[in-house]
Amino acid sequence: MEQNKEHMMVAALESGSVIDHIPTDKLFTIAQLLELENFKEEVVIANNLDSQIMTRKGLIKIAGKFFSEAEINKLAVVCPNIRLTVIKDYQVVEKRQVTLPDTLTNIVKCANPVCITNNEPMKTVFYRMDTQTLKCRYCGKEQKLKDIKLK
Amino acid sequence: MENRSIVSIADYRKDKIQYLLDMAREFETHPNRELLKGKVVATLFFEPSTRTRLSFETAANRLGAKVIGFSDPKATSSSKGETLKDTIKMVSSYADVIVMRHKLEGAALYASEVTNIPIINAGDGSNLHPSQTMLDLYSIYKTQGTLENLNIYMVGDLKYGRTVHSLLMSMRTYNPTFHFIAPKELEMPEEYKLYCKQNGIKYIEQQDFTEETIADADILYMTRVQRERFTDLMEYERVKDAYVLKANMLGKCKENMKILHPLPRVNEIEYDVDDSKHAYYFEQAQNGLYAREALICDVLGITLDEVRNDRTIIK
Repeated sequence: MEQNKEHMMVAALESGSVIDHIPTDKLFTIAQLLELENFKEEVVIANNLDSQIMTRKGLIKIAGKFFSEAEINKLAVVCPNIRLTVIKDYQVVEKRQVTLPDTLTNIVKCANPVCITNNEPMKTVFYRMDTQTLKCRYCGKEQKLKDIKLK
Repeated sequence: MENRSIVSIADYRKDKIQYLLDMAREFETHPNRELLKGKVVATLFFEPSTRTRLSFETAANRLGAKVIGFSDPKATSSSKGETLKDTIKMVSSYADVIVMRHKLEGAALYASEVTNIPIINAGDGSNLHPSQTMLDLYSIYKTQGTLENLNIYMVGDLKYGRTVHSLLMSMRTYNPTFHFIAPKELEMPEEYKLYCKQNGIKYIEQQDFTEETIADADILYMTRVQRERFTDLMEYERVKDAYVLKANMLGKCKENMKILHPLPRVNEIEYDVDDSKHAYYFEQAQNGLYAREALICDVLGITLDEVRNDRTIIK
């Protein structure tokens, strides 16, 4: 029954994006990150939905919103395994698993206070070392994804 | 244009390191030349470092270049809030190469990205110091005749010692065996031990620093144990004399063994060691001149062949 409801919520969207498979404890972090309070069109935020993959999950549906690669990369840093569905004219035109890219430009803040990126007006660059670790291009310090702060 | 900057040499291949060692040797034979006549070398020391600056400026002067720059950031516009980018851009329009020291990590890499002239990293915080590494490699090569298969003993502060980290990485392709001798609080960080494992570098960790434990060393690389590095000052008091090299500890060491130290030393090598044939730290500092002459020429696109066939040598 829950799944049907969810299916209806997604299907009912004329055009926009659905972020699915959000860990329940990350839902409001994502909502904040996307600054959902500023959206004028329909936004649905749901949490603790049944999920076959992750038992419970969160979901955000935003009408009229299509994410840029930079925005998707930002989401990937906060929640590496969410699923993004793009809908146009009631049709699913794209469905993808968001993954952490090899390089993140100007998305993450370096945790090292004496890194040049924290002291100069410049873009940060981080490289993905493994699924949980990023490395700053400039100071070379490795940082765990769970401790990452966004710029 | 290819950016010839030297920010790090940790990832240099063997042939490139050998090329720079060969070039340094040429400069040792003939240090005074006019190879860089008409060139301007800028030394920008956003963080004071008299020793490194004098070494670079001597290298530039002995090759006939003119030197501009500053040794104290308080006297520059960076103290007025000018960004590093703006300073580098401005100096780039005056000089052919910039040698820079900065307290922030990654500053040299960033500088190399905002200018078309080559940057030589003369130290960026506790991150990298490639010219020190180059002179260490040259000193090892010169005294041992090779960089291959050596027993390298690193002693003292292995946690914060930037020079030992850089040396460790740049030796990765030469099949060294490292011995890390340090107090618990200053032992080699995990990330470098992991680096050794990933690159198949053999290492042994120990805390005892005695005549016996260093008997098998080819290179004894001493570093300073600094009081301010300790959170527990009782621990400092306990270990501060345990990592001091004394002349009477050299009785069993190998004939070819040489003692290196990045200098300045405080008390970690007793003065009676200076007279030993194994002491090499002052020659090591002198090697820095030749290594830096090689680095400056390399970033300016001057080849080893050109150095060998140089007709500007001043005898």
